[in-house]
Amino acid sequence: MRDVIIIGAGVSGCAIARELSRYELDICVVEKESDVCEGTSKANSGIVHGGFDAKPGSLKAKLNVQGNILMEEMSKTLDFPFKRNGSMVICERPEEVSGLEKLLEQGVKNGVQEMKILTREQALELEPNLADGVYAVLHIPSGGIVCPFEMNIAYAENAAQNGVEFCLETEVQSIEKMEKGFRLHTDQGTMEATCVINAAGVYADVFHNMVSEQKIHITPRRGDYCLLDKTAGSYVSHTIFQLPTEKGKGILVSPTIHGNLLLGPTAIDIEDKEATATTAAGLAEIMEKSVRSVKNIPTRQVITSFAGLRAHEDQGEFIIGEPEDARGFIDVAGIESPGLTSAPAVGLYVRDMVAGIMELKEKKEFVETRKGITRFKELSMEEQNELIRKNPSYGRIVCRCEGITEGEILDAVRRPLGARTLDGIKRRTRAGMGRCQAGFCTPKTMELLAKELHLELKDIRKNGRRDAQ
Amino acid sequence: MKQCDLVIVGGGPAGLAAAIAAKKNGINDILIVERDEKLGGILNQCIHNGFGLHTFHEELTGPEYAYRFIQMAEELEIPYMTGSMVLDITPEKKLTVINRTEGVMEIQAKSVILAMGCRERPRGALNIPGYRPMGIYSAGTAQRLVNVDGFLPGKEVVILGSGDIGLIMARRMTLEGAKVKVVAELMPYSGGLKRNIVQCLDDFGIPLKLSHTVVEIKGKQKLEGVTLARVDEHNRPIPGTEEYYACDTLLLSCGLIPENELSREMGIAMNPVTNGPVVDESLETSIPGVFVCGNVLHVHDLVDFVSEEAAVAGRNAADYIRGNMEEKKSQGIPVETEGGIRYSVPSVVEPERMHEPVKVRFRVGNVYTNCYISLYLDDIRIQRKKRQIVTPGEMEEMVLKKEFFQEYGRPEKIRIVLEQAKQDDREVNGNE
Amino acid sequence: MSNRILTCIGCPMGCTLQVEMDGQIVKSVTGNTCKRGDTYARKEVTDPTRIVTTTVRLKNGGVVSVKTKEDIPKGKILECVKELKQLVVEGPVKIGQVVLENTAGTGIPVVATSFSK
Repeated sequence: MRDVIIIGAGVSGCAIARELSRYELDICVVEKESDVCEGTSKANSGIVHGGFDAKPGSLKAKLNVQGNILMEEMSKTLDFPFKRNGSMVICERPEEVSGLEKLLEQGVKNGVQEMKILTREQALELEPNLADGVYAVLHIPSGGIVCPFEMNIAYAENAAQNGVEFCLETEVQSIEKMEKGFRLHTDQGTMEATCVINAAGVYADVFHNMVSEQKIHITPRRGDYCLLDKTAGSYVSHTIFQLPTEKGKGILVSPTIHGNLLLGPTAIDIEDKEATATTAAGLAEIMEKSVRSVKNIPTRQVITSFAGLRAHEDQGEFIIGEPEDARGFIDVAGIESPGLTSAPAVGLYVRDMVAGIMELKEKKEFVETRKGITRFKELSMEEQNELIRKNPSYGRIVCRCEGITEGEILDAVRRPLGARTLDGIKRRTRAGMGRCQAGFCTPKTMELLAKELHLELKDIRKNGRRDAQ
Repeated sequence: MKQCDLVIVGGGPAGLAAAIAAKKNGINDILIVERDEKLGGILNQCIHNGFGLHTFHEELTGPEYAYRFIQMAEELEIPYMTGSMVLDITPEKKLTVINRTEGVMEIQAKSVILAMGCRERPRGALNIPGYRPMGIYSAGTAQRLVNVDGFLPGKEVVILGSGDIGLIMARRMTLEGAKVKVVAELMPYSGGLKRNIVQCLDDFGIPLKLSHTVVEIKGKQKLEGVTLARVDEHNRPIPGTEEYYACDTLLLSCGLIPENELSREMGIAMNPVTNGPVVDESLETSIPGVFVCGNVLHVHDLVDFVSEEAAVAGRNAADYIRGNMEEKKSQGIPVETEGGIRYSVPSVVEPERMHEPVKVRFRVGNVYTNCYISLYLDDIRIQRKKRQIVTPGEMEEMVLKKEFFQEYGRPEKIRIVLEQAKQDDREVNGNE
Repeated sequence: MSNRILTCIGCPMGCTLQVEMDGQIVKSVTGNTCKRGDTYARKEVTDPTRIVTTTVRLKNGGVVSVKTKEDIPKGKILECVKELKQLVVEGPVKIGQVVLENTAGTGIPVVATSFSK
């Protein structure tokens, strides 16, 4: 029997795994997909929210603000890109200023620092491309942007480094309550653990409902996004939200941490937990609404679009804790926005919960930090030459759009929890994420992956499981 | 820092022809920088025939055409570096180049010729909704996988876009044993050559559906099928015309984009229509001594014209290096296009710098039949050509001669105008 | 008498050509705008030929591009390709090197169009 099984290798599951990997525990993360960061964590806004949006006193508010504060340090400890670019909420009419004031007040209650309401003129000084219709903005300097993939992967790699086992391509089919602990039936056999942590994203209700009579329900809320070329990336420097109105929550316009421009998301409640297809209507809505925040968005510069599913629980609150009738089973459910921001805090919060279930004894050999893939492009010329001398594969650019070298791709495959698919390489290195969208590098990346994994080209997958039809 | 008279960025057909012309015009200190492992560029994966009719008066395959030029370059002992990529060029013509053996190095050039070619428009730019499964490739990516890597990406294929690469790949995939079910084209006309429609589609019974597009992609992990629909005159899908095709591969052949990352970062003035640099009669960009040719300047249909254009750039770069090029004294005379012609290359001409007749190349934005293409200096018509048909898929040209300016004087502007011919005028494709 | 309908490949116009035939003899070509259409139609209905380009496998992995040295009858394309699919050649192959002496019984050789490892 293991000590802890975590279901789901998204950012919440991996942050929890990493925090628990400090202790003498036998931990396993089970994930139905072939890589970490394959569900909600891979398709979201990549925003580190200030924390003004959540209801004061809620778990969302608490973990958001804590997560925001922790993010900076974690990004250094685990080596993932993060930037405090600041956020803005825009309104379009004088009578909406009260809406901004309400958010400001809420933010203050939640402990968000340094927020301010700016007039149009003041805002334009910070953000000259705001749309003509913008009347006033709420400025949140603590807002930030993060690379959701690298953050998730960084947590996972550090957990793996510290002994957490990752069982990928392992789908939990049913959970049995035992006298002490739980038995998980998966498509790869059974597993047992004293404590089960349910961080299964849009599937968290399914697993919760297997062990508890107090049912919960999660609605996959689909959000379509458009990603624009890096030439459009500096069009705005802040993350620009729209003031939520009775007509909806609005569309954000934000630079990404890697310098693209992101527009989205829409919000469509669906039932299918796998339905991540974008729709023409969704993409049209993004284009139509985003121009209300920022003028002359170069929409012809779209390089890709995608959709993600947020795990919306009916109460609209994070559900983190043990159901009364299933002690030892910890839900981490309903983790929708600000889930990414909250993840570092969720890790600590759940660790404390596990401490109430079993004794946590610190490991001596715990490795606190994780070093990411060396970003060749970010090195000085001397450092680059040093690296190429040691390893000539850094002298070959594979992805010309993003300037990614063969050395980086090989590192992505060879490191702990290494990439096994083209998308895995893409999320770890950015190879294929640029403006040609992998047109040129696909054959080269396939060759490298095939060689490293001793596979034939026909067995190289873009994503997903080996056995998928 | 390494010094070099002429650095040519790209060792495809444009870069090779430019290098050869520069060498023949007295420049010895040349370096071609090619990012692939061998010279020849995209021609290496274009194994079909149809290249070289203008240049060699015979029909060659892509690799054979490339080899002719590689041989010439080797006979002329033109230095080149493969597996090497230019990372940056400053406006002062200092290049940063990377490769495996020498690492990152800087090269100061007197003159630079940009010949980086173009890339394909990706799916994202087409705004096709749906999933993002395995099995969607741009046609050129599939071409490389099949022809160079010997890997057939799928068995049941739908192709969106009837550009030449898409048509060529329809035949190629068929010959490799795949079933190409349909080629869909958004526009009411094909962007490819007629010859390719007949020999790549008709020969194999592959249907071409004009005014159709992909409206849905099915399959989350692997492509399962696509839904096509007819579009109206505004390219909007018409409800009720949807048709589902089961397939494991979708190839996209929806246009090419010149790869001008380096040019933009250097601060070269760009033409928003061609997505290539603005050039004058010498194919010189807004930065003196920086020349450009081939698909990075504007997308060509025929490689023969790329070679021809590149030789012009090579000769002018040689003149520049040897100090034989007259300095620009004025802005030059703008070349304006009218009547449905979208752009011209060059877009500005300085007659005093014309050492040879200048070919002005251009494309129309739609299909026009029974028309004239006319060349005016201000309001004086110098030349006109009869055309039964002009299409966006076929580049047209007009030749500007220095004598025109000697005879008619220096105009305010040079105009290239598409004009409708009279109904009864049945003269075919001739010069007046 | 029979009729064949073709699309001319002489230029982008793509004239629809009607060819009137008596057995193998062309009686008339109509629908063409210029002479090229006539020439094309006569050849295409009596003796359609194509150069075939494809790749053949190399013994040590990978492929090399090849073509039929001359046009072969259109009807022989698939047979030619099928034959070449079976073929495995030993590298290195040089451009112009004959990889198959006589394809699909046409008497026409298949040659490499590039160099291989």
